[in-house]
Amino acid sequence: MFETIQNLALGFSVALSPSVLMYAFVGCLVGTLVGVLPGVGPLAGISLLLPATFGLNATNAIVMLAGIYYGAMYGGSTTSILMRIPGEAASVMTCIDGYAMARKGRAGAALAIAAVGSYVAGTISVVALMFLAPPLATFALRFGPPEYFALLLLGLLVLAYMSGGSMAKALAMAAFGLLLGMVGIDQMTGYFRFAYGIVELGDGIGVVPVAVGLFGVAEILISAGQKTPQEIVQPKFRELLPSKTEWRESVMPTARGTVLGFLIGVIPGSAHIISSFVSYALERKLSKTPEQFGKGAVAGVAGPESANNAATSGAFVPMLALGVPSGPIPAVMLAAMMVHGISPGPMLINQQPQLFWGFIASMYIGNVMLLILNLPMVGLFVNVLRVPYPLLYPAILAFSVLGVYAVNGSVVDVWIMFAMGAVGFVLRKLQFETAPVVLGVVLAPMIEMALRQSLAMSDGRYAIFFSRPIATTLLAVGAVLVILALRPLVMRTLDWRARLALVEKGENL
Amino acid sequence: MTIDRVGGGALVLLALFTLWESRKLPLGTLQNPGPSYVPVILSLLLLGFGLVVIAMGRGSDGVASVGWGEWRHAIAILGCLAFMALALERLGYRITIFAALAFLLGVVERRGVVTTTVFAVAFSGLSFYLFATVLRVQLPRSPWGF
Repeated sequence: MFETIQNLALGFSVALSPSVLMYAFVGCLVGTLVGVLPGVGPLAGISLLLPATFGLNATNAIVMLAGIYYGAMYGGSTTSILMRIPGEAASVMTCIDGYAMARKGRAGAALAIAAVGSYVAGTISVVALMFLAPPLATFALRFGPPEYFALLLLGLLVLAYMSGGSMAKALAMAAFGLLLGMVGIDQMTGYFRFAYGIVELGDGIGVVPVAVGLFGVAEILISAGQKTPQEIVQPKFRELLPSKTEWRESVMPTARGTVLGFLIGVIPGSAHIISSFVSYALERKLSKTPEQFGKGAVAGVAGPESANNAATSGAFVPMLALGVPSGPIPAVMLAAMMVHGISPGPMLINQQPQLFWGFIASMYIGNVMLLILNLPMVGLFVNVLRVPYPLLYPAILAFSVLGVYAVNGSVVDVWIMFAMGAVGFVLRKLQFETAPVVLGVVLAPMIEMALRQSLAMSDGRYAIFFSRPIATTLLAVGAVLVILALRPLVMRTLDWRARLALVEKGENL
Repeated sequence: MTIDRVGGGALVLLALFTLWESRKLPLGTLQNPGPSYVPVILSLLLLGFGLVVIAMGRGSDGVASVGWGEWRHAIAILGCLAFMALALERLGYRITIFAALAFLLGVVERRGVVTTTVFAVAFSGLSFYLFATVLRVQLPRSPWGF
């Protein structure tokens, strides 16, 4: 405990330096804009701004990119409440009661409850991250290739299980992503695989062009032809203070959302989306007035908004402690860290304590900045929504080209983004999840290397995966998930994943 | 025809293609996997999942029910993106981005000449200044040096 506080003091000495403070502020500001603008999610936002961090030192770069991530969670609630349009996917649930509150003249109160809930959840979950990541990293030092193989396989299975809708479709997307990750030089034999004479593919397909294509370009292709909604509720500053009753009604949902969001965040999957869905369902179940949900229930705003912010910090736990991304956004963050010469994993905390603890401390500061940014400046952010989409999307497209090109200075990456944009457009139309593709691309080289190293260790005996307790346990958990996913097929019932798919399609809105 | 059956069919075709392409590389053995070992396993998994998606796809939405109304915009944007990929290193960042924005705003979105020109010039110039000059990101220049 005392050691943690000492480390945190070190972190604050880094995070309170003027340059780190400035980049945390820039990250939070850009993140809020990314969250406010429909069609630019945190994944595309982080990917596009990665080149802007190339000239920075590693700490400043990571602090800024993390600011974009959790800033987007704050910003996403603004459009949900004022326009009934989720700025990013995790704010889907906030649309329901947030917008209903706005229609009843309580837009300011809904925004304040969302912002305060996000602040509380963000801060408490950073405390949990601070205490959980170091012991987990120490535990992970016992991991060898078989344990990593089992962990990575479990990660993909959990992601597929946690995705809304069909697990077979999600697993197919994971396999597709893993196959994309096979492109390039085989690390153990030096063979070129699926490169077709393109030298630039020797290093493999990068996660940034895949992520920007699937999430940025595909979204533009789907949204560009649609009309921009005009109706925006504009709250006045004096309306931002919730009533005593509204404060009281938000306390417990915020607390429950924080715990739930953090726990779901640690598990692989699109954590911030799932956590807000589960939190909403939980609050409706626990409410004495469930009939108020959908008509402006405070708990329907406080719970999901707290949960999606807590999940953001939770998602950093496996990434920082194990070096294993739990979803597409941590995967891009991981790639960003590698660009800056940092290898996340068990050794990071001991080898680069200033970076790790500086990052943790910057998250505390970032949450305060976001609270200050989001309440008084809400009117300013709302005005951004008045920029017509026909002017906005060409700019986003140009930024996409700039961002993707700048990572490696290669036009091949722009072509990959082009192809992934087209593929993502069709996949979205055919109702396939694209998050497992991104994770597959990142995990493919790790999972293949872990498999082949394990076999080299055991003279080719696959029993090695079942003779080591940690690996066996992880594989057993994976098997249980597959059985759970098959259960609704046998029982012919709707499980929570099927219900989430319905909500994501808008059938409950 | 349902969307799951179309999607599943596409996955099966992709899996067969990657299986076919994997034959060019040594497979190795179960005990000592070669460079095409994991791709073959993944292709077989993709094939299996594709078949499951097809088998379970009877109840999904019909292809006709999926709105494709934005296809004109989508084709124009993809065409513009292809142009940017082709022109970026030949014409340089600023000319390429100016031309792409002018096309998207002026032709696709039918904005006025003044709006289109001001936006395209300002965006291409300012973004180059911010990223290439201030942040020192390497961006391609035109053969004429700007």
